[in-house]
Amino acid sequence: MSGAGLARLIAPVALIAGLLLAWEAACRGLHIAVYVLPPPSAVAAAVAASAPGLLVSALTTLGMALAALLVAALFAWPLALIAGLSRTVERAVRPLAVTLQVTPVVAIAPLVVIWSGLDHPGRAIVALAAVVAFFPLFSGVLTGLKSADPDLERLFDLYGATPVQRLARLRLPSAVPFVLEGLKVATGLAVIGAVVAEFVAGSGGAHGLASRIVEAGARLRTADMFASLVVLGILGAGLHAATEAAERAALRRWRGR
Amino acid sequence: MSGAAVALEGVSVRYGAASGLSDVTLAIGAGERLAVVGPSGCGKSTLLRLVAGLEAPGEGRVNRGGLQRGETAVVFQTPTLAPWLSALDNTALPLRLQGVAADESAERALSALASVGLADAAQKRPAQLSGGMAMRCSLARALVTRPRLLLLDEPFSALDDLVRRRLADDVLRLQAQIGFTLVLVTHAMEEAAYVAERIAVLSPGPGRLAAQIASPGPSPRPAGWRDEPAFRAVVESIAAAMSASGVERAA
Repeated sequence: MSGAGLARLIAPVALIAGLLLAWEAACRGLHIAVYVLPPPSAVAAAVAASAPGLLVSALTTLGMALAALLVAALFAWPLALIAGLSRTVERAVRPLAVTLQVTPVVAIAPLVVIWSGLDHPGRAIVALAAVVAFFPLFSGVLTGLKSADPDLERLFDLYGATPVQRLARLRLPSAVPFVLEGLKVATGLAVIGAVVAEFVAGSGGAHGLASRIVEAGARLRTADMFASLVVLGILGAGLHAATEAAERAALRRWRGR
Repeated sequence: MSGAAVALEGVSVRYGAASGLSDVTLAIGAGERLAVVGPSGCGKSTLLRLVAGLEAPGEGRVNRGGLQRGETAVVFQTPTLAPWLSALDNTALPLRLQGVAADESAERALSALASVGLADAAQKRPAQLSGGMAMRCSLARALVTRPRLLLLDEPFSALDDLVRRRLADDVLRLQAQIGFTLVLVTHAMEEAAYVAERIAVLSPGPGRLAAQIASPGPSPRPAGWRDEPAFRAVVESIAAAMSASGVERAA
């Protein structure tokens, strides 16, 4: 790692370490009850004690989120493409897409749970997380399709480009950075959606991180709640870093450097 | 000389109270080099789009003398290259849009790039080109279809002095070789006098044709042409015409 990269790492690591130390000291010094606020050492012990279970739950949540992302993309991208080609379709679809975007996922969860079958909470979770991830995917493509350089559009006019040529050689390639940005935002939202949906829909067979938090909460096992939160935080941050790296790599390819 | 003639007859375009064009009548001869100068907002770019056939006039007529699609090329203010395509693919784009096969397009694009001295940069992306190289690539793309009419919309304004002088010489050399009709829109008086043989001065918006000034002499311009008294005199008369039409003289 370069010196500059190391320097960038020091600040956040120092902050986290400082906070953990203060937290540990406060718990010990103020004699805070463990079920209210366990010290970091107790949380670490809880993580270590149920590491295999936490890993399975994390993978379950991740799997739900990625499945939701896939489902959302399968709907959002073609729909945005059609809306991008036709002003009428765009005008028709946009209010619905915006309404879907501003409706809290918990509000529609009971409905989706009924529709996906009460014994299939997994389906409901994927569907709900897909609803949350839909909008950034949709608007990424739609905005991207309209973002082509107006002078390049004029150039295509000048040479009498067909609508298909304009789409394939100008609008779709111009949309790439916006699609990638939408994908990055949607990935983060899909994880949030998968967790929130699991809270509301229940977990059934597969236990994600949300159901562990609910269970631990019901038993006042606060350290276990924190353990799941730590894993969730690592999962979210890791996924964010991965999508950002993927976006950067794809953009480098797109503009050739 | 081969080329195209375009004629504007009593053309007006209205955008607002003080923009667009007002009653412009202007004929551009085949193979001629015309510059259109005027302050910003005088309708220079509007005039260019009318000549290109990208826009229809509100009043009056634009006679494009039977120019076919693809016989008009435009170089815009910025290079306007597609960032995801190499210099070669950018240059070949007009041909591909016209249905020319990939092989032939690439071959012709490479020779167009060579004509502007960019053969070595064919595989580079726009982000890897300097400002001057990107503009050259844009010029190559405009010339790849062998147009009869080349329109330049302030193409050098973002470049530093030395680069814009070299590009002006390149344009003149290529014009002399190929013989296309050239219309240069600019607010730089010296550039207009250097590149064009006739300069149309537009008044502030809505633009009217305020004066027409001849800039004789050989083309391409010989070395030291900018210091010739005859050239300085042309620049001064453009400046005088612009002042008389109500434009403050540019510094």
